[in-house]
Amino acid sequence: MRKRKAKLAEGVFKVLMTVSTAAVLGSLALILATVIWRGLPALDLAMLTQVPKGGYYLGREGGILNAIVGSLYLAGGATALALVLGLPIAMYLQFYAARSRFAQWVRLALDVLWGVPSIVYGAFGFIIMLWLGMRASLLGGIIALALLELPILVRGMDEALAMVPAALKEASYALGATRLQTATQVAVRQAAPGLLTAVLLAFGRGIGDAASVLFTAGYTDRLPDSLLGPVASLPLAVFFQLGTPFPAVQERAYASALVLTSMVLGLSLISRRLAGRLTKHVVR
Amino acid sequence: MKDGLVALVWHRRQNKEGAALQWLNRQRKDRLSARLMGLLSLLVVLLVPLIALALFLRARPILAAKPLGELLLSTAWHPLRGEFGFFPFIMGTLWVTGMAMVIAVPPSLLVAIYLAEYAPERFRAVAQPLIDLLAGIPSVVYGVWGMLTVVPFVEHTVAPLLNRWLGVLGLFHAGNPTGYGVLAGGLVLAVMILPIIIAVGEEVIQAVPQGLREASLALGATRWQTTRNVVLRQAWPGVMAAVVLGLSRAFGETMAVLMVVGNVPQVPRSIFDAAYPLTALIANNYGEMMSVPLYDAALLGGALILLLIVLAFNTASRLVIVRLVRRP
Repeated sequence: MRKRKAKLAEGVFKVLMTVSTAAVLGSLALILATVIWRGLPALDLAMLTQVPKGGYYLGREGGILNAIVGSLYLAGGATALALVLGLPIAMYLQFYAARSRFAQWVRLALDVLWGVPSIVYGAFGFIIMLWLGMRASLLGGIIALALLELPILVRGMDEALAMVPAALKEASYALGATRLQTATQVAVRQAAPGLLTAVLLAFGRGIGDAASVLFTAGYTDRLPDSLLGPVASLPLAVFFQLGTPFPAVQERAYASALVLTSMVLGLSLISRRLAGRLTKHVVR
Repeated sequence: MKDGLVALVWHRRQNKEGAALQWLNRQRKDRLSARLMGLLSLLVVLLVPLIALALFLRARPILAAKPLGELLLSTAWHPLRGEFGFFPFIMGTLWVTGMAMVIAVPPSLLVAIYLAEYAPERFRAVAQPLIDLLAGIPSVVYGVWGMLTVVPFVEHTVAPLLNRWLGVLGLFHAGNPTGYGVLAGGLVLAVMILPIIIAVGEEVIQAVPQGLREASLALGATRWQTTRNVVLRQAWPGVMAAVVLGLSRAFGETMAVLMVVGNVPQVPRSIFDAAYPLTALIANNYGEMMSVPLYDAALLGGALILLLIVLAFNTASRLVIVRLVRRP
């Protein structure tokens, strides 16, 4: 009797687990299907190659090239800035402070920063800009996004550098190399695929984030031409076009969402591919 | 430095002056870079208090002008008349977050258990990247999906159904004719936090030592009994931490929620009522906040409330996870 009950419980939970897994994967499929289904009909070449012309937001000619280029500038600049700040931190955690209490604090701080809402980064970036006397600009957006990307990037690179075999590091030390030389000349090559994955992950996070650039980057219909001028971004293009009362413009919002989604998913696929390829300098 | 001197003497004896100097040079570079890198790392630790401090300084005017009790508990929100009652927005955040947790926690824990304990290796290799993909979708896209799919679903299917059978209970009374509201916001948020609860949950469940499972199985327990009585009991704090991480993500999510939740400043009474979470308030009004006195202080104060709650949740759960999952 007890055995039968146990078997029943096993069966029930197995069914529940399978159903839940199907539901989670199904919601992914549903999201992608919705975006493609509604976005594809409104997508045309003009949207990808033109900036908004007069009356674009009433449904006339033009495209979202300003937002596509703006997003690439924003996420590219932010990723570069975060990389310059983040790679030394990841190296420090792995090669200088390895298991010290300080390293644990830094890792905890990074994990906590990871969870800080992007709108808070936006507000913080906004305060910095007020303090520096800047207006909403490409630079402001880059700063806010770089802060947002930093924890993702450093934790990813930290894990990637941790995968470097101890024997390789010891061989380098035994040849008389310093920690700096070991980190920059040996470990970076060995960990290159993992480092690249972290960079692309951070880039994808940056390109899709709206709440932090809302405060800091502003919006414009022109292509970005200066670090100190406002810049458009794809997530905000989606948001603003949806906010208009014209169905034709809302259709374009769906198309913009499709462009954004394919960029993010494409990046994630490319990073998976590249991670497997970039192994020229990897010792196995 | 002492090593340096020893090496210098040693190299001198060997008549290799140049090599000795090169060695010293490298050591100096190494030490210098250690300082710089350490400084950058220190800045990261200081960034959290720095953000809180900056927000606090900007929010101080309103904290000085109004008693905290009034700010948190008043329902009057009229920035032009100088009335800043956050209560509807705090309740909006709590309702939507609570809704998302109710929807997201059971399935995400079941999936985490399934992937950690039951799923064959090949299935896991396919499912995990897909779940990561879900985590990578931008929040605006979740918002678009919510407007196109979830809101009509709530409006045409869920609301009439629940209202007919359970409408007498206030919680399920559909007084709001549109689908924009707590339930739609909760559904969209739930899908957004699934990946994080699943990923962290799976990690802490897998960290339970294999020997415990084997001992339980050897005693004749079924797989589910082992999972429930041994594995989950051991992983429980970590599972809670995973849930709390999901909770704090839901708390701070802005764009997707803003697009589907209705944005009416009221205290919701039913899951179909419109709500107006704190994050949506900040995002919707940043444009005019500099032109109304105290408005910017109020909104940045809202961001501070958000940050402090999320910090508390995150720090607690990360400490639990670090203790359970020892990283290499």
